[in-house]
Amino acid sequence: MDFKLSKTHLLQQEMFRRFAENEIKPLAEEMDETEVYSLELLAKMHKYGLMGIPFSKEYGGVGGDYLAYALCMEEVSKMDASSGITISVHTSLACSCIDSFGTEEQKQKYLRPLVDGSKTGCYGLTEPNAGSDAAGQQTKAVLDGDSYIINGTKIFTTNSGFADIFVMFAMTDKSLGTKGISAFIVEKEMPGLKVGQNIKRMGIRAASNCEVSYENVRVPVENRLGKEGDGFKIAMKALDAGRIGIAAQAVGIAQGALNEAIKYVKERKQFGKRISSFQNTQFKIAELQTNIDAARLMTWRAASMKDNKENFGPAAAMAKLFASKMANDVCRDCVQLMGGYGYCREYPIERALRDAKITEIYEGTSEVMKMVISGSMKIF
Amino acid sequence: MKIVVCIKQVPDTNEVKLDPKTNTLIREGVPSIINHDDKSGIEAALNLKEQVGGTVTVVCMGPPQADVALREALAMGCDEAYLLSAREFGGSDTYATATIIATALQKIGYDLVITGRQAIDGDTAQVGPQIAESLGIPQISYAEEITVEGKDTLVVRRQYEDRYHIIEVKLPCLLTALAELADPRYMHAGGIIDAYAKDITVLGFDDLKDSLNPEHIGLKGSPTNVFKSFTKQAKGAGTILTDVSPDEAVTEIIKKLEEKYII
Repeated sequence: MDFKLSKTHLLQQEMFRRFAENEIKPLAEEMDETEVYSLELLAKMHKYGLMGIPFSKEYGGVGGDYLAYALCMEEVSKMDASSGITISVHTSLACSCIDSFGTEEQKQKYLRPLVDGSKTGCYGLTEPNAGSDAAGQQTKAVLDGDSYIINGTKIFTTNSGFADIFVMFAMTDKSLGTKGISAFIVEKEMPGLKVGQNIKRMGIRAASNCEVSYENVRVPVENRLGKEGDGFKIAMKALDAGRIGIAAQAVGIAQGALNEAIKYVKERKQFGKRISSFQNTQFKIAELQTNIDAARLMTWRAASMKDNKENFGPAAAMAKLFASKMANDVCRDCVQLMGGYGYCREYPIERALRDAKITEIYEGTSEVMKMVISGSMKIF
Repeated sequence: MKIVVCIKQVPDTNEVKLDPKTNTLIREGVPSIINHDDKSGIEAALNLKEQVGGTVTVVCMGPPQADVALREALAMGCDEAYLLSAREFGGSDTYATATIIATALQKIGYDLVITGRQAIDGDTAQVGPQIAESLGIPQISYAEEITVEGKDTLVVRRQYEDRYHIIEVKLPCLLTALAELADPRYMHAGGIIDAYAKDITVLGFDDLKDSLNPEHIGLKGSPTNVFKSFTKQAKGAGTILTDVSPDEAVTEIIKKLEEKYII
């Protein structure tokens, strides 16, 4: 068992780190304050392949693996969690649905521009009345000749403010419950698709996250992903992979926060000495780094399992469950280490704490993670 | 156009600390990077290739660890890479280094050679011009801008402290690149995978010995020898002249310059 990264992964990690430091870090504070994501930055992320890592070169993707994607998510999220989720929703949710379940025509038409740097995708599953209970979909898709007519509202659709392609889910047969949900590829230009205002949030404020309403949106039958009734399966499979991204995001948020706190404690003097010389500070930092490392290794394990085509779902759920709680605890302790300055918006640490919370909620709450994990253990 | 870029792997001087006891640089554990000027050279070469077509070959003389610098250049978009590495090359000063690189370039072939202006660890700015002399080709150093005119002519803006020259030069020639010449692109995430899938050609002493005089390489073949590297000691606070007229100030300053034999 080799815990070392390969040379390729190391160089990719180096590239992600440099990009994040030079391109993302200088914009992070302003984007958070203004709640507007920089489209220029988005274009750069597309240009250097950050938005198409685990997809085949056959479709214009980077040809990388999920471990490389996890490394990217961590390095980016160290600087800015909003950039992390922008990449993650596009990659693990939107693109992977089409990659896993699309026909050859759908992949050429929709996956290619998503992974080759041209277009951005988003994923519309959650509704005002259907969160963890994703099966409670109320958005309807009714077959009418050679197309479906879609009506309904989705909420918390990340990237929807600037996405070109919307992978979304709607009920085609209510009587079948979860087996009555179908998946569709909707284009931004299709009449009736309306993206609302950015929803005001505690954290990841720069990320675009809006309510999207579908009013008699006519979608050709060719745009349905998989068969009618495959929707729930497609949605859940995407979320399984998405959890690896979120776990990596949580690791990045925590490591970024700890790196800042360490810089601070090495400089800050109280009671005549640097606070890093107090054993309490040293012990606290040791605990925090230990927990970050543990979460990182769990994330790498889940990513490697996916790359080896093993059943990675429970491992990914464990990584997300652990990493998200860890990130919240680490960030809270880092704010504490930095005292009053940790509470000021001038420093990035309070943003890390606000950003960390969502990792326990989205792409499956921590409670849902426990459902997945206990379900896989066959104890009931 | 066949463009060959010569690069050096150097310690990242942002991370380098000074040993307070010996006043020399601590190199252990310091990450290595492609020298800044050289990286701009790579970017300029890639831009030229995009404009007029051709290939970009990257060459690096160094120990086996320099492999990662070449992979980075490949991941930026260079087409092929050569590592000049051998025990016999170790300890080479700028003259010996330039001799070895020039010999390799003759074997590899080129229309345009681009080197960095100077390396951040050696700071001599000698190797580029020495390579040009060795190859007997024209050189323009401190290149700030390059324009292609026709099939085999370049127009180069050459930087000076207080002015610049616009110089026309025919290929083949050598240019030394300033960091300002081009803003280097990042590696592409997929380019990194391609970079590690390629073979880097290693040229050792045996590959070049037919054209290489062993007396001009390595430590023995180096006319110069780095005895010691150190940072300058901080100067004193200096003297501030207050309440003096401009004429009095000038007299004082001239007096001091004369005392120090500066004029």
